[in-house]
Amino acid sequence: MSPKSLVNIGDYSREDIIRILGTASRFKENPNRDLLKGRVCATLFFEPSTRTRLSFETAVNRLRGRIIGFSDAATSSSTKGESLKDTIMMVSNYVDLIIMRHHLEGSARYASEISPVPVINAGDGSNQHPTQTMLDLFTIYETQGTLENLNITVVGDLKYGRAVHSLIQGLSHFNPSFHFVAPEELAIPDKYKSFCHSKGIRYSEYTDFSAEAINDSDILYMTRVQKERFTDLMEYEKVKNVYVLHNEMLSDSKENLKVLHPLPRVKEISQDVDDNPKAYYFQQAKNGMYARQAVICDLLGIEVK
Amino acid sequence: MRKELQVAALENGTAIDHIPTEAVFKVVSLLQLQKLSNRITIGNNLKSSKMGTKGIIKVSDKFFREDEINRIALIAPNVNLNIIRNFEVVEKKKVVLPDEIVEIVKCNNPKCITNNEPMKTRFHVIDKENVELQCHYCEVKIRKEEIVLL
Repeated sequence: MSPKSLVNIGDYSREDIIRILGTASRFKENPNRDLLKGRVCATLFFEPSTRTRLSFETAVNRLRGRIIGFSDAATSSSTKGESLKDTIMMVSNYVDLIIMRHHLEGSARYASEISPVPVINAGDGSNQHPTQTMLDLFTIYETQGTLENLNITVVGDLKYGRAVHSLIQGLSHFNPSFHFVAPEELAIPDKYKSFCHSKGIRYSEYTDFSAEAINDSDILYMTRVQKERFTDLMEYEKVKNVYVLHNEMLSDSKENLKVLHPLPRVKEISQDVDDNPKAYYFQQAKNGMYARQAVICDLLGIEVK
Repeated sequence: MRKELQVAALENGTAIDHIPTEAVFKVVSLLQLQKLSNRITIGNNLKSSKMGTKGIIKVSDKFFREDEINRIALIAPNVNLNIIRNFEVVEKKKVVLPDEIVEIVKCNNPKCITNNEPMKTRFHVIDKENVELQCHYCEVKIRKEEIVLL
C-alpha cells in the first residue's frame, strides 16, 4: 500500500488537523532543526508558483533536507511528451517525498496512487491546495487560541475561490458560523451550501460588504475578485469597488478580529489596513512555512518534540 | 394460442431482456460481445407491453460475472437477466449500479488528468437513485444526463 499522502484537505480528520497544528506551533518556536538531514525532497512544479515553491523549499531547507526539482514544466521532460506517470516513477526512485504543483485537476491524486513515496499536493489546477488550508487553519488557531465555534466572514470570489472552499471543508470539524459576502455572479456554489447543511454549519449570505458582516466576526477572510471571472463586464465595473476593505470599516470590529488573505492581494485590502494590528495576512503567509514543515514531517513519520 | 417468440429460444446461456431500444448496441459494446465467438442473437425494436419497444440479447453458453454485467447499469438500469439452462430460466437477475465505475465513463472536465494521461477513468457513484457520479481524480460531479461513455 502507498504511504499516506496529502492530496485534499478532506484526507485529514479532525485529529490529524489538531496533531499537525500542534507540530506547526513547535516549528514556529524553532523552525531550524536537523529533522530532514540525509533526506531528499522533490519539488515538481509543472506550473510556476514562486510563492508556494519558495515556502516549501524554505521549509525543507530549514530542516536540513535537500531539494531537487524544477520550477517550470518547460524545463522538465513533460515538454518531450513524457507522461506524468513516468516522471513520478522516475523521480520517486530518487527522493523520500514529492511536492507537486500541476495545472491538471486530479493530477495529485493520480501521482499519490502511483508513487511509492508520499506526495504533497501543492495545487492541482483549480481543484485543491491543501497546505494553503493548513496554514489558514494554523493562523486562525494561533490568533484565536482555538478553532472551535468561530465566526468567519469570507469576502470576494466565493464561486471559484479554491482557498475558500477548502477552508469551509477544513473548518467543518470545528462548529464554525460563516458569513458569505460576494457579488451574485460569484456567490458561494450550492454544493458548499449543501455541505454546510449536511454538517449543521450555520451561514448567511450578503451581496453588500458592510460593517454588519464584519462586526461579529473573529476572522475576516478576504479574497480577490478577478475581472476575468465575469461574463458581464458591466457587472464587474459595478462591484469592483464594493468588496474592498478600508481601515475605517474595522473601527467597530471585535478586539480579537484578524484579517486574512491568501495573497497575492491586488486592491481588495487598501494599504491603510496594513498598519492596523488586526491585519495578519503577512504573518499568515509566513505561517505557511511552519504548516508545511509540519505536514512534511507528519507524512514522513518524523516525530517533532 | 401459443405466444410466438420474437427471438429464438436459448438452450443454455444468458438472455438480457428489456433493454431500451437506443441502448442495445451500447450494451453490446460494454459487454464486449463483438469479441465473443459464442452464438449471439440480437433483437431490437421488438414489441413490449411495458416499454413500447425494447431490445433483447441472447448469448449462448455465456454466464456473465456480476462485475461484467453491472457495467450496463448506467445505460440500461432496468434490464432483466435470465440465466437459462436446458431451455428453462433457472435464475433471474437485476443489474445493480456499482459504488465505483472504472474505465466506462469519460470525465467531462477537459482539465482532468484522466483526459490527458493514458490511464483509466474512475468515478464514485454518489447518488444511486438519480445516478450522479463524481470523478475520483478531479472531483467534478456528473449528472445522469451529462454522462458520456468512453
